[in-house]
Amino acid sequence: MSAEATHDHGHDHGAGGGHHEHIHPPSHYVKIWGVLCVLLVVSVTGPMLGIKIITLITAFGIAFVKAGIVIKYFMHLDTEKPIIWYALITSVVFMVLFFAAVSPDVMKHEGTRWENVAAKAEVARGLAAGAEHGGGEHEPAPAAEVH
Amino acid sequence: MSVAHDHDHGAHDAHHHEMSFIEKYIFPTDHKYIGKQYMFTGMFMALFGGFYAYVFRMQLAFPNMSVPFFGRVSPMEYNAAITQHGTVMIFWVAMPVLIAAFGNFLIPLLIGADDMAFPRLNRLSYQIFLVSAVVLIASWFVPGGAFGGAWTAYPPLSADARYSLTPMGSSMWLIAVALEFAAFLLGGINFIVTAMNGRAPGMKWNDVPMIVWMICIASILFMASVGPLVAGAIMLLFDQNLGTNFFDPRRGGDPILWQHLFWFFGHPEVYVVLLPATGMCAEVIPVFARKKLFAYDTVLYTTIGTGVLSFFVWAHHQFVAGIDPRMANVFTITTVLISIPIAEMVFLYIATLYGGSIRYTVPMLWALGFIFAFLIGGVTGIYLGASGADIYFHDTYFVVAHFHYTFFPIAFIGTFTGFTYWFPKMFGRMMNETLGKIHFFGTMISFNFIFLPLFATGLGGDHRRIYNYNNFPELATPDLQNLRILATVALLVLIAFQFIFIYNTFYSMFFGPISGTNPWKATTLEWTTPENPPGHGNWPPDNMPTVYRGPYEYSVPGREDDFWPQNQQS
Amino acid sequence: MAAFRPIANTRSATGIPTAKLAVWWLLVSEIVIFGGVLASYLMHRLGHPEWANYAVHTQTAIGATNTLVLLSSSLTAVLAHQAAQTGDGKKAAKFLLATIAGACLFLCFKAYEWHGEIEEGFVPWTNGFWAFYYTAAGIHASHVIVGAIIMAFVAKDAYAGRDLHRVENVGLYWHFVDLVWIFLFPLLYIAK
Repeated sequence: MSAEATHDHGHDHGAGGGHHEHIHPPSHYVKIWGVLCVLLVVSVTGPMLGIKIITLITAFGIAFVKAGIVIKYFMHLDTEKPIIWYALITSVVFMVLFFAAVSPDVMKHEGTRWENVAAKAEVARGLAAGAEHGGGEHEPAPAAEVH
Repeated sequence: MSVAHDHDHGAHDAHHHEMSFIEKYIFPTDHKYIGKQYMFTGMFMALFGGFYAYVFRMQLAFPNMSVPFFGRVSPMEYNAAITQHGTVMIFWVAMPVLIAAFGNFLIPLLIGADDMAFPRLNRLSYQIFLVSAVVLIASWFVPGGAFGGAWTAYPPLSADARYSLTPMGSSMWLIAVALEFAAFLLGGINFIVTAMNGRAPGMKWNDVPMIVWMICIASILFMASVGPLVAGAIMLLFDQNLGTNFFDPRRGGDPILWQHLFWFFGHPEVYVVLLPATGMCAEVIPVFARKKLFAYDTVLYTTIGTGVLSFFVWAHHQFVAGIDPRMANVFTITTVLISIPIAEMVFLYIATLYGGSIRYTVPMLWALGFIFAFLIGGVTGIYLGASGADIYFHDTYFVVAHFHYTFFPIAFIGTFTGFTYWFPKMFGRMMNETLGKIHFFGTMISFNFIFLPLFATGLGGDHRRIYNYNNFPELATPDLQNLRILATVALLVLIAFQFIFIYNTFYSMFFGPISGTNPWKATTLEWTTPENPPGHGNWPPDNMPTVYRGPYEYSVPGREDDFWPQNQQS
Repeated sequence: MAAFRPIANTRSATGIPTAKLAVWWLLVSEIVIFGGVLASYLMHRLGHPEWANYAVHTQTAIGATNTLVLLSSSLTAVLAHQAAQTGDGKKAAKFLLATIAGACLFLCFKAYEWHGEIEEGFVPWTNGFWAFYYTAAGIHASHVIVGAIIMAFVAKDAYAGRDLHRVENVGLYWHFVDLVWIFLFPLLYIAK
């Protein structure tokens, strides 16, 4: 429910098939698919250069661009009611919040007067194993405590 | 998703054929029957939850005595009892009764619709819920015993059968909880969509009764918070059965991550069950004060404020778990902040009472009892929300007493408020007032005698996860032990008084006086159905109600009646 | 029981068709499920530099091919929606079948890829990276399977000209599955 629901529409939308206002021709969607494919090629070839910043931009920046295109043109969220936007954005924001509040504990392995011994041991063991061979076969380490 | 067939546009064909017993009672799609199924399943599960409470309270008061109807309690069984008590009471009692039962029964009636938007999805949601209950009950009888890692299921204890010693019990417990989440996700989508789209013509957002708002906001909270835990449950299940290493530090995992995943859901969950209970008070208090709900808009904003803030407080459960101390400061502030909208809401309910002509009927007594008891729960929460104080209170019986002063009012007092108020609409008959009042006073007094002593034992240093205090000489003092015995005796009294309620319910269901369609002279739409209890479709399809005004128009000056139903044009 | 459409289902106080509104709310609940997995993965990945050594073993070529497959199936899903808008149920059903074929192709590539990795000894319990790799992609793959099954039912009805609005709704779900993969692909394959 939202402020938008204030007005009683009362139309019988339930049986209908969504937006009758503007039907795009199939070629419109094929063009968008073409753009998406080009972006896919860029996102795969970009990281091959081996430059970190370009990897980040091409891999993750383009993922957001692709997502935006799919949302806008395939899911037609641009012509949807704002309430849908609010609901989707809210859930995404909550996930960002979750990441922001949890990452100090899980992502970092030490901080003010605390240290995650088990995670540090795991990192050290993995890096040492990785120097020898890429497998990183896991061997159970002795029980370590999290302070 | 969409469950109806398009070609069947003459919406009410189902009216014309008599439904068989199985269609009507075993696999119903009618929202009222699904609501009742949830209600009675939840009450049935409450018997188990209460029995487990009885078992471990007896062990605490009279250590190593053979408990009647159970026998000697072993340490494993003690752990299983507290775990299953918590799980059952929250997931199989509070959730199905407060959200699913009342949501199903009330939302279509209160918004003037004939059913939920997706009746068959609704039925599916109940069936999944029933399966989850069966899986949970089955997990109590498997080899190794029931899961005993507390309802929070903290790893590493829960992550490996070598620690939990319940190889099957812990996985079945997790599967049952996950199925229950799936059921309520489906149900929640149905509630929200029905309330958003299915409202009667003329019903604007501020004509929607508060309980509908609250159940919908609770469903949204549930939906937005449970996702990470669904993911976490899958990860924990893999940890238990595949040997992955998400949460077990011995294998390189991080147990704190589970605590975050759990409490990111676990704290909003408190508000998921709280909001419907406060919503019931918002419905009941105006009716029996014969006065408009004070500040409808503000009640709504405080509800939304509570809902949003409830996502920002979860780590106050983890102050001593090894989280970053800087985050503890943040979460202390947000935790104290959330008491503002809730306190505001309580003030608004009290303001509704002010100057009203109050009738102390049984539902009204329960509503007032809810406010009283929840107030104690809320105020003691401030101590625990402050990270400095929490270091001392954490994992003592003070915490147990605090959250029972919130959950008992929510799950039981709230349910009794709604159940006694809508009983005439559910079954067409009145409940016995005298028995209802005996039940009310017996429950309220004994409830306080259970948990007030536990505040004292908690301050005295009682740790909450101890099986037998005789093993701890400094805690095995007579003054603490007497308080434990007092709490246990009060629990027995409380359980005894519930039999009055059960008798009253079943007797009144069949032999109570016929109530008539609007016994409380209330204004909301459910009291305007032509039949009582409402038939299939609630109103005749050609005469669905239209809404002309807000839901709480009592004692309007210049009118003969002191109530003005929402669907009356003038 | 005769399936009937309750009046509550035919109303639309918000102006959004009821079934579509339900799908949007379903997607909200899905965002937080995948959000939980991805956020957990991301914070581990950033805290564990050694995972880069494990990630080199993922096969970017198969991941990229699967991205192409899903993008193309999204195209057919939206073309099915377009056909349904014009009222051509048979055409919509055909495009939906093409989408189902895309889903099957995706799963075949996935099976081939996982088979090779398990052969090499990378199983979910090898270490944290592979645990997340199989869990995140596995949850996503289960959504692909469910989506394909639902689309089969919708296509059957659409072919008979019934319930054309469902074509759009199942398409929304499918685009969401595609979206999740768009983020999983760089997270699991490209970041090395």
